[in-house]
Amino acid sequence: MAELRVVIVGAGPAGVRAAQACVEAGVRPTVIDESGTSGGQIYRRQPAQFTRPYKALYGFEAGKAKAIHCTFDDLVPHLDYRPNTLAWNVSPGVLHCVQGEVAEALPFDALILATGATDRLLPVRGWTMAGCYSLGAAQIALKAQACAIGRRVVFLGTGPLLYLISYQYAAAGVDVAAVLDTSPFLGQLNALGPMAARPTLLAKGIYYRAQLLLRGVPVHTSVTPLAIDGDDGVAAVRFRSGRGQEEQLACDAVGMGFHLRSETQLADLARCDFTFDPDLGQWVPQVDADGRGSTSGVYLAGDGARVLGADAAEISGELAALAALSDLGLDVSTSRIDKLRRRQRRMETFRRGLATAFPWPAELARAVADDVLLCRCEAITAGQLREAAASQGAPEVNRAKALVRVGMGRCQGRFCGAAAAEVLAEVRGDALEQVGRLRGQAPVKPLAMTTRQEEKA
Amino acid sequence: MTADTDVDVIVVGGGLMGTSAAFFLRQRGYSVTLLERGLVGQQASGVNFGNVRRQGRPLEQLPLANRSREIWNRLPALLGEDCEFLPCGQLRICYDADAAQNVERYAHDARDYGLELELLGPTALRARYPYIGHDALLGSLGPQDGHANPRLLTPAFARAAVREGAAVIENTEVLAIERQGDGFEVNTTRRAGPHNNSSTTYRGAAILITSGAWAGAMAARLGEPVPLVARGPQMGVTEPLPYRVEPSIGVKSDLPGQTVYLRQVSRGNIVFGGGYRNDVDLEAIRAYPAPEYTLHQLPLMARVLPAMAKAHIIRTWSGIEGYLPDNLPIMGESAKVSGVFYAFGFSGAGFQIGPGVGDVMAELIATGRTSTPIDSFHIRRFATTE
Amino acid sequence: MSGRFVRMAEQHRPAVTIVIDGRSYSAMQGDTLLVAVLSHVSTLRQSEFGDGARAGFCLMGACQDCWMWTPEGERLRACTTEVISGMQVLTQAPTEDAWPNCG
Repeated sequence: MAELRVVIVGAGPAGVRAAQACVEAGVRPTVIDESGTSGGQIYRRQPAQFTRPYKALYGFEAGKAKAIHCTFDDLVPHLDYRPNTLAWNVSPGVLHCVQGEVAEALPFDALILATGATDRLLPVRGWTMAGCYSLGAAQIALKAQACAIGRRVVFLGTGPLLYLISYQYAAAGVDVAAVLDTSPFLGQLNALGPMAARPTLLAKGIYYRAQLLLRGVPVHTSVTPLAIDGDDGVAAVRFRSGRGQEEQLACDAVGMGFHLRSETQLADLARCDFTFDPDLGQWVPQVDADGRGSTSGVYLAGDGARVLGADAAEISGELAALAALSDLGLDVSTSRIDKLRRRQRRMETFRRGLATAFPWPAELARAVADDVLLCRCEAITAGQLREAAASQGAPEVNRAKALVRVGMGRCQGRFCGAAAAEVLAEVRGDALEQVGRLRGQAPVKPLAMTTRQEEKA
Repeated sequence: MTADTDVDVIVVGGGLMGTSAAFFLRQRGYSVTLLERGLVGQQASGVNFGNVRRQGRPLEQLPLANRSREIWNRLPALLGEDCEFLPCGQLRICYDADAAQNVERYAHDARDYGLELELLGPTALRARYPYIGHDALLGSLGPQDGHANPRLLTPAFARAAVREGAAVIENTEVLAIERQGDGFEVNTTRRAGPHNNSSTTYRGAAILITSGAWAGAMAARLGEPVPLVARGPQMGVTEPLPYRVEPSIGVKSDLPGQTVYLRQVSRGNIVFGGGYRNDVDLEAIRAYPAPEYTLHQLPLMARVLPAMAKAHIIRTWSGIEGYLPDNLPIMGESAKVSGVFYAFGFSGAGFQIGPGVGDVMAELIATGRTSTPIDSFHIRRFATTE
Repeated sequence: MSGRFVRMAEQHRPAVTIVIDGRSYSAMQGDTLLVAVLSHVSTLRQSEFGDGARAGFCLMGACQDCWMWTPEGERLRACTTEVISGMQVLTQAPTEDAWPNCG
């Protein structure tokens, strides 16, 4: 039998567990990772010169982070491991990678995409100003570089990360001016039922919140963000409180995010079908219970398939690998698959609870003022999109992109796509689903013009 | 159901040829319904490079290209917008003596057709365009030509046609064209929205087929098979860079895969295309660029514009174009079915002449003749002798 | 304004020198270019479209908001570039008048 060519993209918790399942089945997978070290974003390792212990870096998750790192380090001799490598494109049966300036085409029998997630954003007046960062960025600065994004920081948005990162900053001794949550506190209480599907995670959320109170960090819920003010950089955040009062908080940095969105460019380029998830208000790759995408031979795992967090990513990574191995004709344990599926379902229940507790504030995205920049890359305002949709006609987001360049820039619509779809749906009086989703276009990330095909020996 | 009105002309296919023909037919007072399977300008018309280029076209195309070039000047008046048309020059460069000889001969011959080209030797080329790679032997500048945004032009023609009174019906696929009495019945099915899969029949006195790569199957059903093949252009664009490169620049080469072209838009991005074209699936409707062809393009671009080597590409795309073996389009009335007209198969070179094609087809349908010669594009050239 | 980012720990790493817009600054081994620059100055670049200064956004190589220039006209994504001693970067496109002319 020819050696099975399993290619895994991503070395976060999903990718690591997928690689492990392959190795345990006697297959030597190729692992492609953009980062130089394994762990993904959630368990991102600090550079070699740094010395903080696991507990300081990962808190409650120190044990899991260490387990993922050690598991992967032990696997490396059994892998074709390619760090610092970008998977920039997919064609049928072939993953296209680039490391430095050298491009290589990797044919695969199975492709497991464990590409993770990035922050889901909505535009707030001034959000392109220097000093405004995503929540993920704020965490990376602290965890991977031991830096705060500013001297006095406001955290704005909604979702569990908002509280986790605010707590991490406060605990590190950074002046956290306030936590501004767009979700109502009552909704969070109502969601306690489904969230109890993962009691320890719920308990951690409550702990972070208590710690913020203990440290005197003001937490506002039901907030409407109005503007990030400043001339050549962030100087203050203005918001309307749940009681309807307008307030301004001086700060020199903002961390903002509204939960996460899956990184799906590769799944899209692999011609996978997408489906609209009304709970999330997002298009997600279509997968079966084990992570099979609609394209034969393509599997999805972790937050890149469904944003369920790191623990679920470990489960779905293993499940996707077992599905791939089984489809390739290897014997896999059905009882193991059953067990993983059961655990995965519990994660799903918790996720529905999260969506209730921290809803995506679609109404805020739809109400973004005409003069606010929607698309950071191309500097396109919400008004330009509305005008084009009204006068030129854009029944769906890709036509809007063609006409007005929203989502056409370097980031491929990662950071404006969600809000652009809401604005377009609002102009047209359509449901969000009707305006579709921005199609992915290669390269997944900018590709240097100096990139060269590898010369075959 | 049956649409309640008969029209003079049903246009099948909402690319640049169909929408501009609909517009010019309305200007001549003809009633028009345009049927488009997806959205107007979604395929070859929307994804092409955006060259407003006359030089290099077969000489017999130049009268049509000249007529079209004159319409490009009038776009703001006709459509209410310029579609980012920048008449800042279109330059062909070549690297070898054979190609240079061909370019010189073309410049000489094109003069008889009213196209003035300026030839620039290596020194003049370097003085005028110091950013072009120093191994270029010769440049041939069409000073009146340039480039425009293909994503804007076809939707703009469609909107203008609607303003003039045409019906532009999107998400409607043509299934069959049948002769009925003096005219035609066109059976369609809806491809989106609440009435997905519902059927409608449209009636028209004449039919204009402008469905690009998909027109081959329609012509075959009307008894006129043509050797049309579908190919995908390989397009890409860099990040925005300081705006310096004015002309649209193309390489003239007879070597396979070496013909590439680039243009910088005023926002700073450099759009490029050329090299090889890949096979595409007409059924799938969407075409993806071939990753290996994208990589093949990169050093060729850096040879044209060495400073580009330091940039990154941020997006690639493809589309579906119809090519004929002689690289000439099919234009004119059907040789088999009177009342059916064709304008398709522009072989990757339809953008500049598109407005002129619409104008000429409207003239042909309205008057039975054209003031611009299009005889060499007639479908009869592919008729098989039985 | 001076630096934007504040170092909270890990301050005993070996120092390296980088040059930002022609001025030398000290950074530390293991810094990303983004952190090294924003420890001293407040922005990384100007938006191409005239809407002001940018200083990165996602720090994980996704938003592409932190591309800087080298004096030779190359582009560096500051959040995924590890700083090396002697690295030279610009917050504006270099030699505005010369680009993209050949030498």
